Amino acid sequence: MRKDYKLEKRKYVIAAFLIIIATIYAFRLYNLQIRDTRYKDFADNNAFFKKTIYPSRGLIFDRNGELIVFNEPAYDVMMIPRDVEPFDTLDFCNTVSLTREQFDKRLDDMRHAPGYSTYTPQVLLTHLSVEDYGRLQEKLYRFPGFFIQKRILRQYNHLTAANVLGNIREVSPADIERDPYYSPGDYCGDLGVEKSYNDALRGQKGFEILVRDAHGRIQGRYEDGARDIPAISGRNLTLSLDYRLQEYAESLMVNKIGAVVAIQPKTGEILAMVSSPTYDPSKLSGRQRGANYRELVNDKFKPLFDRSLMGVYPPGSTFKPGQGLILLQEGIVNLSTAYPCYHGFVSGGLKVGCHGHGSPIPLKPALQTSCNAYFCWGFKSLVDNHRSKYGSAAEAFETWKRHLVSMGYGYPLGTDLPSEGRGFLPNAEFYNKIYGKNRWSANTIISVSIGQGEILATPLQIANVAATIANRGWFITPHAVKEIQDSTIAEKYTTRTYPTVDSKWYPEIAEGMRMAVLGGTCRLANLPDIAVAGKTGTAQNPHGRDHSAFIGFAPYDDPEIAVCVYVENAGFGAAFGVPIGSLIIEKYLKGKISPERQYIEDNMLNSNTIIYSGVKKH
Amino acid sequence: MELRSTNIRHQSPFKDLDWFTVVLYLLLVIGGVISIYAASYNFDKASIFDFSEFSGKQIYWIGLSLVLGFMILLIEERLYETYAYPIYIAILILLLVTIFIAPNRKGSHSWLVFGPVSLQPAEFAKFATALALAKLFGGYNFNLNAKASNYLKALCIIFLPIVLILAQHETGSALVYLGLLFVLYREGMSGLVLLAMTMAVAIFVVTIKYTEHTTLSIPDGEFVVYIILMVAMISMLIFYSKTLTVARNILVGFISASILIWMLGCLGIHVNGTYFFMTLIGAATVYILIELMHTRIMRLAAIIAMTVMTIGFMYSVNYVFSSVLQPHQQQRIKVSLGIENDPLRAGYNVNQSKIAIGSGGLTGKGFLMGTQTKLKYVPEQHTDFIFCTIGEEEGFIGTTATMLLFVILILRIIHIAERQPTTFGRVYAYCVASYLIVHFCINIGMVIGLCPVIGIPLPFFSYGGSSLWGFTFLIFILLRIDASRRLHH
Repeated sequence: MRKDYKLEKRKYVIAAFLIIIATIYAFRLYNLQIRDTRYKDFADNNAFFKKTIYPSRGLIFDRNGELIVFNEPAYDVMMIPRDVEPFDTLDFCNTVSLTREQFDKRLDDMRHAPGYSTYTPQVLLTHLSVEDYGRLQEKLYRFPGFFIQKRILRQYNHLTAANVLGNIREVSPADIERDPYYSPGDYCGDLGVEKSYNDALRGQKGFEILVRDAHGRIQGRYEDGARDIPAISGRNLTLSLDYRLQEYAESLMVNKIGAVVAIQPKTGEILAMVSSPTYDPSKLSGRQRGANYRELVNDKFKPLFDRSLMGVYPPGSTFKPGQGLILLQEGIVNLSTAYPCYHGFVSGGLKVGCHGHGSPIPLKPALQTSCNAYFCWGFKSLVDNHRSKYGSAAEAFETWKRHLVSMGYGYPLGTDLPSEGRGFLPNAEFYNKIYGKNRWSANTIISVSIGQGEILATPLQIANVAATIANRGWFITPHAVKEIQDSTIAEKYTTRTYPTVDSKWYPEIAEGMRMAVLGGTCRLANLPDIAVAGKTGTAQNPHGRDHSAFIGFAPYDDPEIAVCVYVENAGFGAAFGVPIGSLIIEKYLKGKISPERQYIEDNMLNSNTIIYSGVKKH
Repeated sequence: MELRSTNIRHQSPFKDLDWFTVVLYLLLVIGGVISIYAASYNFDKASIFDFSEFSGKQIYWIGLSLVLGFMILLIEERLYETYAYPIYIAILILLLVTIFIAPNRKGSHSWLVFGPVSLQPAEFAKFATALALAKLFGGYNFNLNAKASNYLKALCIIFLPIVLILAQHETGSALVYLGLLFVLYREGMSGLVLLAMTMAVAIFVVTIKYTEHTTLSIPDGEFVVYIILMVAMISMLIFYSKTLTVARNILVGFISASILIWMLGCLGIHVNGTYFFMTLIGAATVYILIELMHTRIMRLAAIIAMTVMTIGFMYSVNYVFSSVLQPHQQQRIKVSLGIENDPLRAGYNVNQSKIAIGSGGLTGKGFLMGTQTKLKYVPEQHTDFIFCTIGEEEGFIGTTATMLLFVILILRIIHIAERQPTTFGRVYAYCVASYLIVHFCINIGMVIGLCPVIGIPLPFFSYGGSSLWGFTFLIFILLRIDASRRLHH
């Protein structure tokens, strides 16, 4: 046979073709199998269905162990769009009590929600009723791709302290991005301790790893559950709040705008914390949360705004005890230094009015009568007359400010509730900007000496000053949570803080406040068998009538409670601040209101100052 | 003479049997049955020998194949050559009959059902066609390039089964026969045909894929094809027809025209690319035509033909793609070209198959440990997509080792082909090699997402008696022919 050697060489072309293709394939396989590591995850996502086991959220108790917040099971209908097969839509709608239109709408909303994916469980319906849940559970096998996720709903034994408790809400896409722990449909705390103690309350989600075939059918547990992660229940919280006192304080604040903060001075524990008007915390739980939330947001009285924590008010005369402390500490006055008061402070054409009382007047009677002139003179002396000591008005002012900051003014105290306000304390630079460097003196800014002018503080800060005086010179950062189950509260809630004013001056100020109750502006707080010390405040403000304020503590010798009351646009401190404050003190210490003071209680429960707020409801 | 012949005839076919190929064959079928077991394994069933399972049935098929192979070796090799045409014709008739009597299986009419057993005649047509082609070429003094009618005969043998199998709606199996063009190439067909086919595929891919952006207001794909064509014209003028002057003139023309276009573009005058390229290429073609008439260099005619066909092909691609192909075929092509990403429908198989292979890593998840496989994420995994089981459970080592086995087997068959003393033996062997090359390239290519999904099995591995028997026939007839190679000296 003739052999064609030229053609025989073509075997190399054919072999080369094969080898080139095989090399390309090997290179492709190298990329798929070795270089690209994503495919392993894809396969795991395919095969392993991580069924989330939700832990029960921590319960919340009040300081006496009364259960306030607990859980109720709720059922969400979830779907994995990729796994859904054609099903009887009408049957499904009937089962979960939906119309076809609602169902389509819901499906459409779900598809357009951020974070939608056909591969991961999506929330179709939330908070199924128990009957619907039962019916759906039975028929679930007919709806592949759907499953029921058990979740929890917050329930409230006492509809109180909404501002402190907060609530839970579905996580937002931003939350999921921030914290990979969350997946769509999860819940997290919103406002109050639900938010600030969310990590303790939420516990740890668990997972059951199930093996799933291409049709989404569960084939069993992976490795018999050896890799499952059990859920860890959330920790219970014990609040420092006394729910009875809280409820009582809230009832006194009905039809008033303002805030009440009561603190146990020795521990810094907040006993009651009212922001009025308040709202029913259970409104923000369950299916109607969205609608109710919108309603609360649109409410002109802003119930979601926690006035006790975020509201900033001019402290008014409640500022004077702190002023007295600074004047004593700085040696500007001693206990017998007296200043004249001719119905007010008159200096260089400037007049700050005052009420009728003796003149000249030393510190304690000045506190007793809430003499504006005394504190104006003292402040003027500090800023203007001690150049040799401070060098300049600015430096004197800064010294004054540093004392106030050490008392808790001007910055958030660091309580355990979210979004605490800081109030406002001007510094020398602030006035330099307005008036020019060295162009201002005490007279220019005299109103700050009586807690007016630029000074702003939160009721919590003011209550903390009351607690400091009650303790005669120290405080523990106020906090709303007393105990965390199997854990401890932060160290700052158990350690004492000493302001820069020497403790020896505090008893003097306390005595002045005691005198105010015995024979001064707070006489209404003079309880029959409890020694109360107090200080009124009548804070001028740009929003209308003066705010009626009060700080006080009792019993005088071994204080159990310090309180701060702010009622917006309610006039003199003695009109609402003192009665409400004294009723809270009495209620807390005695458990009931004495018969001869019953009329005060009735008066407070039934009075309405909201009409002076200037807010037109509709 | 007579006596000696008889003596030799009685010599055992096992003496000169290519045991190397037999071992490769056995390795591949054993690898296959293990993979099928893994692919069809689920949580309850365990035995590899369970006859109700695919792996058990495959063992049964393998056993029968070995008996069949043994019998093939016992038959005198001359009979294959003698009866090549009758076998071929019988199979063609069987293919024809199958079209009418086969039940509809997923749209295909290719299976003959005998009780519990189904056979696919298209698999047996492979060796019959190979025998017929070998017989044609082995004919006395047959030279492919001697007469045009020889091409016609060869193409007839190849295309008759293709037409019948297409009529059964088994596009994939029909495509395999195009691999026999390798045989024609080896036997003297111009390499330009293969080159032209490669070009055609390249033009097809480029025109379909790059339509999103435009250059000179024509799609990038078309633009690239024009450029390729111009480069091809000039290269062919230089290397094929060796008309350097013509090449130089055309090159200068192309370059100066391009500079002109660029300058016009800078002045803000934009020329439509279609007119520009058609004018240039048309002018070049006319120029070559004039040269052809002057010089009578016939190869210039080939260049003109190539140019005209390329342009024509490019314009028909869009038409064929959008008007002739079925939507699901368009979809498959788009998915495999990476134009569309459709992991749920057309791309589902390939996507899941890539996940299975990709998740195997270097060493794989271990035998029976593949989750994609066990949980049936890849449809057809025990048949056409068997390679992804290897990928998932045995990893990169397993896939490359399997590919290596195939490459070695095919190279061995090419080696066997070239040592055949007869044209009949050589052509038959090349047919076997060609089938294997096509199956190897298309099957693995589709499983790893480099080819469109064309449903053809991976030889020896994929589950199925017909496919296994078809390849057993091919291999063992080859071995039988090869075993008597020394008798023809």
